[in-house]
Amino acid sequence: MSTLTPGKALRVAFGETITELARTDLRIVVLDGDTGSSTRTDIFENEHPDRFFQMGITEQNMLGMAAGMATLGLIPIVSTFSCFIVSRAHDSIRVLIAQPKLNVKLMGGYAGLLAGMTGKTHLMFDDVSIMRSMANMTVVAPADEIETRQALKAIIDYPGPVYFRLTRPNSPIIFDDDSRFEVGKAVVVRQGSDVTVFSSGTQTARAFEAAEILAGEGIDVHLVHVPTIKPLDVEAIVAEARRTGRVVTTEEHTIVGGLGGAIAETLGEHAPLPIRRHGLQDVFGESGPDDALLEKYGISPEKTADAIREFVQS
Amino acid sequence: MTQTIAKGPEELADIARRARIQILDAVAHAKGGHVGGPYSAADMLAALYFDILNIRPDEPDWPERDRFVLSKGHSSIALYTMLALRGYFPVEELRTFDAINSRLQGHPDVTITPGIDMSSGSLGLGFSGALGMALGAKAQGKDFMTYVMLGDGECNEGVVWEGAHVGARYGLDNLIAIIDHNKLQQFGWRGETVAERITPYTDNQLADRWRAFGWHVLEVDGHDIAAFLTTMDDAKAVVGSPVAVVAHTIKGKGVSYMEGDYTWHSKVPTDEQFAIAMHELGADSGGEQ
Repeated sequence: MSTLTPGKALRVAFGETITELARTDLRIVVLDGDTGSSTRTDIFENEHPDRFFQMGITEQNMLGMAAGMATLGLIPIVSTFSCFIVSRAHDSIRVLIAQPKLNVKLMGGYAGLLAGMTGKTHLMFDDVSIMRSMANMTVVAPADEIETRQALKAIIDYPGPVYFRLTRPNSPIIFDDDSRFEVGKAVVVRQGSDVTVFSSGTQTARAFEAAEILAGEGIDVHLVHVPTIKPLDVEAIVAEARRTGRVVTTEEHTIVGGLGGAIAETLGEHAPLPIRRHGLQDVFGESGPDDALLEKYGISPEKTADAIREFVQS
Repeated sequence: MTQTIAKGPEELADIARRARIQILDAVAHAKGGHVGGPYSAADMLAALYFDILNIRPDEPDWPERDRFVLSKGHSSIALYTMLALRGYFPVEELRTFDAINSRLQGHPDVTITPGIDMSSGSLGLGFSGALGMALGAKAQGKDFMTYVMLGDGECNEGVVWEGAHVGARYGLDNLIAIIDHNKLQQFGWRGETVAERITPYTDNQLADRWRAFGWHVLEVDGHDIAAFLTTMDDAKAVVGSPVAVVAHTIKGKGVSYMEGDYTWHSKVPTDEQFAIAMHELGADSGGEQ
């Protein structure tokens, strides 16, 4: 059974990468919602203080100001916790960024279930559903530090608004330096023949570990990572689903309207197949250590393996 | 270097008069739209588009142009009218206001209308967009000015005060916010009777609030065009902080039965009301319609 190499947190890779990209791309500016010491835009501020704009705790205003800056040809990278971008500043994004198709990159930090003892106010795991339903919006959820670096480079050169999902804990490494992120493309992480599992974001590492557990039981998982939830790679989703004829989706996100919702919609229209959506149920979260939260809310590697096994054997 | 094309306050006042005629014509034709707010803003918009703003109607996206954001986006027909009179598109197009497939949407849309610098309509947001333009201009070393017009009712919005805080924090002296203080909002708080509505901000409340947030505040009669031009010159001369020009205005200004009546926030005139308004605005005595 192969195990994954430990890796950095996506937020750290984010802070380092935008700092590096800004050395040569003078269009890049960062707007921080008073969380830079957590979301790691502090790395950027240290090297590019003249292009780092502290917005204080004014999320609605911050997203609006980013829009204004984007009209001048700047590429504003807006960073704070996902809940405060997606939920609190939703109207600013909708009216001033998405409708005018402005080139603002929204960095939803501390997304998902694991936000460091914050509880339900801060745990944002309906962010993908909400942003996916907004016209003109691209939604990306990378798996590890390597994909985070590649995806950030890609979205800087990808015109228009992008919601980029970032998480807090250290994340195991899935990809190697030879892999290439492309906006709108899914990628096969593990070849298998019994069941196709689609995952996105940092849940892909847990899905990989679940696949290794199941391999020991004779269940051969075909694991496909879907880093771009919108636009969805419809062709690959249909082809990879048909490869095994049955599908599980898994995500560190509500099963309502996120990756699972998007794939169920797609397969329902193009290739109706047995499908199970695995992830967070229709609930809010709570405080607690990461391992305890993953266990209680059912998305640990073991619980993910349980869900896939149950589906395959049903 | 302002491209001034009007000859002075009297000519600007006449432009505003003609604009009010076109505004009511467009609203009557569309059978919907706002009137009271466009009328309270008309004199200031005439001064902006025919004197103050450094713009090129034949090159709407000229990068060095002054920016103008109508944050009180529901007064869009006033802005469209000024853009048309200034030559951004034909005046006849004003009759497509709110029609299907029109470039002249109910609220300004930066993606389709020449001369619009930012979408607006969800109140308070246009202001934050304008602040971003001013901050971005500073970051890029550009010296154009950004002007933004807010309603007084709009100042109820929390995001306005978020932006006021940040704008002052960055000392955005390349931005001037004009507050169209017409003392009424769509419905507002009840006074002694249902018909009597209370101003959202009394006495010096609005000026005091902007001042408390670190803005340089100037007050002016928003219908006295000569005074407004002077005040805007003073505002441009302020260094180190953004300026809020609190412009005291009358909602529905220019038509007797509309002035100070909150119900004209958004209403279509009857044929009789339309005729009276056109007469009062001089449309039937050599005035342009």
